[in-house]
Amino acid sequence: MSAVPSPEAPLTATGNLRRRAVVSRLFEGSATAAALLAVGVLGIVVFSVVKNGASALNWDFITKNPPQFGGSSGGIANAVAGTVIITLLATAMAMPISVLVALYLSEFGSRRSARAIGMVLDLLNGIPTVVVALFVFGLLVAGHQHSGFAMALALAVIMLPLIARASQEVLRLVPQSLRDAADALGVSRRRTVLGIVLPTALSGIVTATVLAAARAAGETAPALFLNSIYNSSQTQLNPFGHPVPNVPVLIFQLSEQADASGFARAWGAAFVLLTVILIANIGARALLARSRSKMGA
Amino acid sequence: MRAAVWPAVSVRNLRARVKTRGRFGDALLYGLCALACVLTVVVLVAIAYEVVKGARLSISTFGLGFVGHTVWKPNPPFNALGAAVFLFGTAVTSAMALLIAAPVGIAIGLYLALLAPGRVRSVVGPLVEMLAAIPSVILGLWGILVLGPYLNRHVEPWLHGKLGFIPLFGDVPTTGANVFTAGLILSIMVVPVIASISRDLFLTVPRELEEGALALGATRWETVRGVVLPSTASGVAAACFLGLGRALGEAIAVAQVIGSGNVISRSLFSTGDTLASRIALQFPGAETKLHTSSLFYLAVILLVIGLVTNLIAQWISRRFDYQVAVVR
Repeated sequence: MSAVPSPEAPLTATGNLRRRAVVSRLFEGSATAAALLAVGVLGIVVFSVVKNGASALNWDFITKNPPQFGGSSGGIANAVAGTVIITLLATAMAMPISVLVALYLSEFGSRRSARAIGMVLDLLNGIPTVVVALFVFGLLVAGHQHSGFAMALALAVIMLPLIARASQEVLRLVPQSLRDAADALGVSRRRTVLGIVLPTALSGIVTATVLAAARAAGETAPALFLNSIYNSSQTQLNPFGHPVPNVPVLIFQLSEQADASGFARAWGAAFVLLTVILIANIGARALLARSRSKMGA
Repeated sequence: MRAAVWPAVSVRNLRARVKTRGRFGDALLYGLCALACVLTVVVLVAIAYEVVKGARLSISTFGLGFVGHTVWKPNPPFNALGAAVFLFGTAVTSAMALLIAAPVGIAIGLYLALLAPGRVRSVVGPLVEMLAAIPSVILGLWGILVLGPYLNRHVEPWLHGKLGFIPLFGDVPTTGANVFTAGLILSIMVVPVIASISRDLFLTVPRELEEGALALGATRWETVRGVVLPSTASGVAAACFLGLGRALGEAIAVAQVIGSGNVISRSLFSTGDTLASRIALQFPGAETKLHTSSLFYLAVILLVIGLVTNLIAQWISRRFDYQVAVVR
């Protein structure tokens, strides 16, 4: 980079100490301002959601279904339940496979194969979620009806690289001495991995899973393409072969209609969704911080 | 004295027994892990296959010319479709997002890695990452109901008044749903990506190098410019490419705020559409087979752009790995 001064240049004092100090102060000030800006934007978005959402929020809003023939009364209970079911289903599909992939990367794979699989994971992570949603549409929905399972599958594809990469990072932190000790005792590879390595990394893997699930819960493109054609007051929650009401579709559809009472409901739903996601995030991070300090890394 | 009588088990025998006991379980676990990896590769290939399959009708109807066509009239009498408007929209919004988010994100990374006191760092760092946790549909809702109207009332008229001679700000802003708002929303989504990766990079710069520069009398800024940034430049570039990938592929938030326009406009204050947002807006309501297939064609283009961006990021950061190995 041109910023590196030539090593042969004579070291002469330029005498503009004041200017250098000012430039440096300016840099420190603007870097601090950038951080404040990001935190400020987060604050403004959360504040907007809380302020507008709180007015829509009451006990009925969380515990009741929408009225059968439209209107602004009623709640979003069915959509919340549907989102929980679909997210759990997606997690149940994504987590075991992701952890196995992470184990392969950190315990079994040769350098080259681990690198190749890592690259595939990064590519998968880089695929836009609309494209993943269209993939599952072609696979499961084209010619059939929308279903909660199709959406869960798309979410699982989105979660897979997230969990696998993060779990790999945690597995890397497990001290090599534990593995060596197990080998020295003649413990089989399988029992080393399942009995020692995995339990040590467990809280990190749980953190990764919770973070990925929080991300998946708010994904809207898969919901829109794979699981959005349903009667909004329905209470049917079986995801296999049937569409299931969910929160992201609710927010998106309400936000696309120019209707003030709809906006209020959208804010209310956004408030519920954001609260759950942020709490999951904070909880997962706290867990990770604790496990890191326990592992001494 | 007689030699001790050993049981009839030789060392060799023993080892064989230990091995056979562990072998099956080991092989099973290894097999499961390998199978999961194969499955991952299969998913990646299947995504490409399925999307291209969906686009086949449109590809055979329009060919490669689709990429350059600026009309989008999916209804039966016209049946004329092309991707150029959306490619343009994607390029403009992503460029705007990156122009804003790259400096801000890198500055945040520098602040968190070098300037912030320990306690502040452990609070601000997670907060910045939490910005990435806000679901795009909520950011989009905020974009149309709060940010868009605010920009339209206060910021856009001012920009138009002062800088209206530049074509970018040439149109009279009418509503808050336009390319400008979309670019800002995207930059909010990209900042945390660049900030957290670049922070981790800056933390890898060997402390001795920084301290050496400071000991030579360099100011904080000179240390950053002369030591920290040059030694992490390629990693930072990779972070920007990852951020770009995020911006290119975002569908929902953009669909909510961009106003879905059908023409290429030089002005940021007009409506537009990106590849991803057009798919999100029209796919659920597409009526003809050709229309659906053309949306898949847009997805193919998006997939190619996304994969290339991602590969570039990986390629650059791999070079970075090499550099670190050499420096240390």
